[in-house]
Amino acid sequence: FQAVRKMPKVDARQRFYPADHEPAREKGPKPAPAKLRASITPGTVLILLSGRFRGKRVVFLQQLPSGLLLVTGPFAVNGVPLRRVNQTNVIATSKKLDVSRVRVPAEAATDAFYREPAKDKKQRLKAANRGEGVFFATDDISADKPDVPESRKAAQKAVDEAILAGVDDITKAYLRARFSLRSGQYPHEMKF
Amino acid sequence: MTHTSLVKIEGVNDKNDTSFYLGKRVAYCYRAANQKKGKSRVIWGKVTASHGNNGVVRTKFKRNLPPRAMGDRIRVMLYPSRV
Repeated sequence: FQAVRKMPKVDARQRFYPADHEPAREKGPKPAPAKLRASITPGTVLILLSGRFRGKRVVFLQQLPSGLLLVTGPFAVNGVPLRRVNQTNVIATSKKLDVSRVRVPAEAATDAFYREPAKDKKQRLKAANRGEGVFFATDDISADKPDVPESRKAAQKAVDEAILAGVDDITKAYLRARFSLRSGQYPHEMKF
Repeated sequence: MTHTSLVKIEGVNDKNDTSFYLGKRVAYCYRAANQKKGKSRVIWGKVTASHGNNGVVRTKFKRNLPPRAMGDRIRVMLYPSRV
């Protein structure tokens, strides 16, 4: 009968009988961070494809240890702060800025700097799940938005100043403009 | 396991042109009378393969598309991006 669980074959003369039938599985090796696409180098202007800032053109700074990309608007130009972004949600353009002078503060080059504390995430998701047509008091909204820590503001300022130092107005206008597809424009025909 | 749907992407008329869209996520958006996190709903899917020589593409959705979606608009996203 197939229904009976198969017992492992145990030699009757074994000195040791394992207590569990299955050995405890070892945790496999952690996967390496995603390989950076050749088109993405420090200073490349990226187009964000999804999320709150979709369509925005941002500057790529470096790849974080988790594999995510660290980008910045710069904030003053298009409202995108120092942020992590996944490679797959990004189109790399051929436009590159000079970021050799940019030094990202050591603490801002870690993933923990950008991770949302669990409590804030819970509040944020609760607010997002309310959806249309539900009345809620205005006090609730203000409670959901945590303040931006000073370290973030300082890191933002340091990085953005260095980037915008050599940037002309046309490039600023370019970074300010959002990417969109218009009628008759097809991404498979585009050279980014 | 869901069934495969065929999608004709605007501007894509050749089998070679479909390679850009392979793997891209695809969404069928529709409205419903009863609210669930808003008035609109989405069925997500992805482009799985090209179909034939004229740029039509095969897609698989998380749940099968309703029959009224035939001839209806589907949104093709630009992600996951390989560019």
